[in-house]
Amino acid sequence: MRLILIAALLASAATPAGAKKDREAPAPTQGSSAEPENPYPSTYKAYPGVATAIRGATIFDGEGGRIDNGVIFLSDGKVTAIGGPDTPIPADIALFDGTGKYVTPGVIDIHSHLGDYPSPSVDALSDGNEATSPVTAHVWAEHSIWPQDAGFGRALANGGVTSLQILPGSANLFGGRSVTLKNVPARTMQGMKFPGAPYGLKMACGENPKRVYGSKGREPSTRMGNMAVNRQTWIKAREYQKKRAAGKDQTRDLGMETLADVLEGKILVHNHCYRADEMANVIDMSKEFGYKVTAFHHAVEAYKIADLLRDNGICAALWGDWYGFKMEAYDGIKENIPLVHRAGACTIVHSDDENGIQRLNQEAAKALGAGRRMGIDIADEVAWTWLAINPARAMGIADQTGSLKVGKMADVVLWNGNPFSTYTRPEKVWIDGALLYDSANPKLRPVSDFELGQIGAGDVK
Amino acid sequence: MMTASNIRSLRAKSRSARAAFAALALLSTPALAQSLAITGATLAIGDGSEPIRNGTVLISAGKVTAAGAGIAIPPGIKAIDAGGKWVTPGLVSGYSRVGLVEVPAVNETNDASARSPFSAAIDVAPAINPLANPIAISRTAGITRAVVVPSTGIGIFAGQGAVVDLGADMNAITRARAFQYVELGEEGAKDAGGSRPAAILTFRTMLREVQDYAKAPASYDGRSKDALLNRVDAQALVPVVTGAMPLMVHVESARDIVTVLSLRQDFPALKLIIAGAAEGWMVAPQIAAAKVPVIAGGLDDLPSSFEKLAATQSNVGRMVKAGVIVSMGLMDRDEGLQLRLATQQAGNMVALNKVPGATGLSWGQALRTISSAPAEAMGLGDRIGSLKPGRAGDVVLWDGDPLEMTSAPIAVWIDGVPQPIDNRQTKLRDRYATPQEGALPKAYEW
Repeated sequence: MRLILIAALLASAATPAGAKKDREAPAPTQGSSAEPENPYPSTYKAYPGVATAIRGATIFDGEGGRIDNGVIFLSDGKVTAIGGPDTPIPADIALFDGTGKYVTPGVIDIHSHLGDYPSPSVDALSDGNEATSPVTAHVWAEHSIWPQDAGFGRALANGGVTSLQILPGSANLFGGRSVTLKNVPARTMQGMKFPGAPYGLKMACGENPKRVYGSKGREPSTRMGNMAVNRQTWIKAREYQKKRAAGKDQTRDLGMETLADVLEGKILVHNHCYRADEMANVIDMSKEFGYKVTAFHHAVEAYKIADLLRDNGICAALWGDWYGFKMEAYDGIKENIPLVHRAGACTIVHSDDENGIQRLNQEAAKALGAGRRMGIDIADEVAWTWLAINPARAMGIADQTGSLKVGKMADVVLWNGNPFSTYTRPEKVWIDGALLYDSANPKLRPVSDFELGQIGAGDVK
Repeated sequence: MMTASNIRSLRAKSRSARAAFAALALLSTPALAQSLAITGATLAIGDGSEPIRNGTVLISAGKVTAAGAGIAIPPGIKAIDAGGKWVTPGLVSGYSRVGLVEVPAVNETNDASARSPFSAAIDVAPAINPLANPIAISRTAGITRAVVVPSTGIGIFAGQGAVVDLGADMNAITRARAFQYVELGEEGAKDAGGSRPAAILTFRTMLREVQDYAKAPASYDGRSKDALLNRVDAQALVPVVTGAMPLMVHVESARDIVTVLSLRQDFPALKLIIAGAAEGWMVAPQIAAAKVPVIAGGLDDLPSSFEKLAATQSNVGRMVKAGVIVSMGLMDRDEGLQLRLATQQAGNMVALNKVPGATGLSWGQALRTISSAPAEAMGLGDRIGSLKPGRAGDVVLWDGDPLEMTSAPIAVWIDGVPQPIDNRQTKLRDRYATPQEGALPKAYEW
């Protein structure tokens, strides 16, 4: 994340004059407010799978349920049965013995920059922050995504990540649209795009916007400046939305289209915000303008206002133990996740990091242990909601994935032990029922174009 | 001009001065090294051996006097029954900036680097702040010693690092000027003006100047326009050239590692330590043959730069298998704060044993990378980093397997002195255990 900020600053300092033209939005359709329905549609298709059952494993269903010595049956890309040892399984299917192992829904990371800040971390590929204006609601993160980021494959093989939301960076107050992906390698972004997932809007409070623009002598340079620019923008967005809803003619404005969709509840707000007092200001702002904050991201002080988050139905997407790397992170504590969980607010473990995304299960374990030591005894299977149904809900995909319920996408991880142990890794990962990682089969390790033919390609990572 | 923010920061300073005074008063209370026996422990020595059940550790006069199975407890000594819980040596972070940094992004609190006319002569030891919050937070997590590494400002040399203890007292220095630090990879190229050849030439030329200085210090003219080193930096590098002081070199790629090893052809006395070495596995036999210890990040597995194309989590295991002494530390991020990630790094090395085709470490070997191995890399293997007799009484009693993320220390001793188990984060936790205010505002709950 710090890397991203640095990259943002570098990018903004080093934009060659000639490059600007290439980045300009296409000319808007004059005199028409008609928006194309879905101009960059998903082309993702599930890869073929074989009917598969796992027997004898401990299953966390992702909604807080646990089945010991369980059976799960996947066919046609869906979960077709789940239950105890007596659950019937058809003959002649791929059957895996899960004794001593665990089955969970695939991990969902609600906050990632894979693809828009890919590896290698070089300026030429640094595409996560359009740090040229504090309000860039018009940009779409999906147009920055480089599908050849090797990080996707690592998140699959080491982290069991099957779906993830890619966000723009946090240099801006309004950073632009996010996109939700299936973690399946593809030639194009569209080939990864999660069918039917709603868009998100990235917003940011605090130090980043005021530093990035304040250092250029521009507004905002203070937290009050942040709020003022936010509110001015929402005033415009409300006018735009009102006209649009009334069917009045107006010049298309990509940023306003996104914000109008937020006001109409079609796009979900993901707000980077660290401090408790700032989150409270944002909650009031959302009421002032009639939109909803779906989740505060990072929220290292969420534990100070866990009641407020619960009462307003806002999720907190959190790290396990990050603290102190900048002033607004100074009060980070390991008990943040269990305290927010205990208050009854929706709790999510997120990464914001190409390494952390490979170990979200371990981040959750840190929170579990810290909670238990202060008497907050959360069961393992309940903690798995932080990695499954909770992020799925906050990303608007809970009807399709995020738990092992019959009829949902067969996004499944077979772990070689308890996934809250440091000693455990994914053994197999299915996405929509297709086996896309198998630790025992070197040919089932994704090798991105970038790595192909380079030293170490196809190595166990 | 007295701006509002100046006034605020002045107020903050006087507040923090009072707090520091209170803390000092506490710290000056004599905390004596205990004579102590911990019995019934799942005991790990830290030397690479596997943990044993029902082990005992004896500490006397601040040092370990015995550790193992079947050890007789001297009469009259205070004994703690671990009840099967885990006991390890205090952990050693092989690469950190702890004590140099409070909040990395707040420049006023970050002493890791400087744009200074001095480089190699910079000595971090006097700047180590034993009251820095990351020290207390790391200590509470079982880290008792750390290698503190400066980072480069202008030029390829960063200065002289230290080994510190994380005890709650004002004496943090285990060894000042423990090593010199130089960048010779991608970062070194940048520091030298833009290329690796420039970095290597700069390095060689500077060491030649150091040799000139050593021969006749009085006649060395560090101010001439041809001189790369001023007198102070030249003087600081003399022990590097003579091999009296280790030289920690940061490189990542296989190519750069080989280049660094070859520097000893011209400067045979160099006592090298390689930091980074993401591609070390590719040239592990050469590193082992050169008897150069490595401090690695451990979990690097992405081509995050072109010098890390072959990064894999099996790097550490493969190097250890080839006979390299490998330690782990924090490379690239959170060096000032997150020393407690050491147990996660080590635990993941154990996890690799269950991944087909991967090379991990045994539990004992993994613990060694965060205890005795970094101590040995610093030439302090006889003083810290393990529970062998004669080592410092740095001991941690854990509530579970130390390499599991659900575990945490119950008690920590440094030099035999019991350490406080609270810190700023535990205070915040306790204050906000319920977020709502009570009869008074939260500010009164302390």
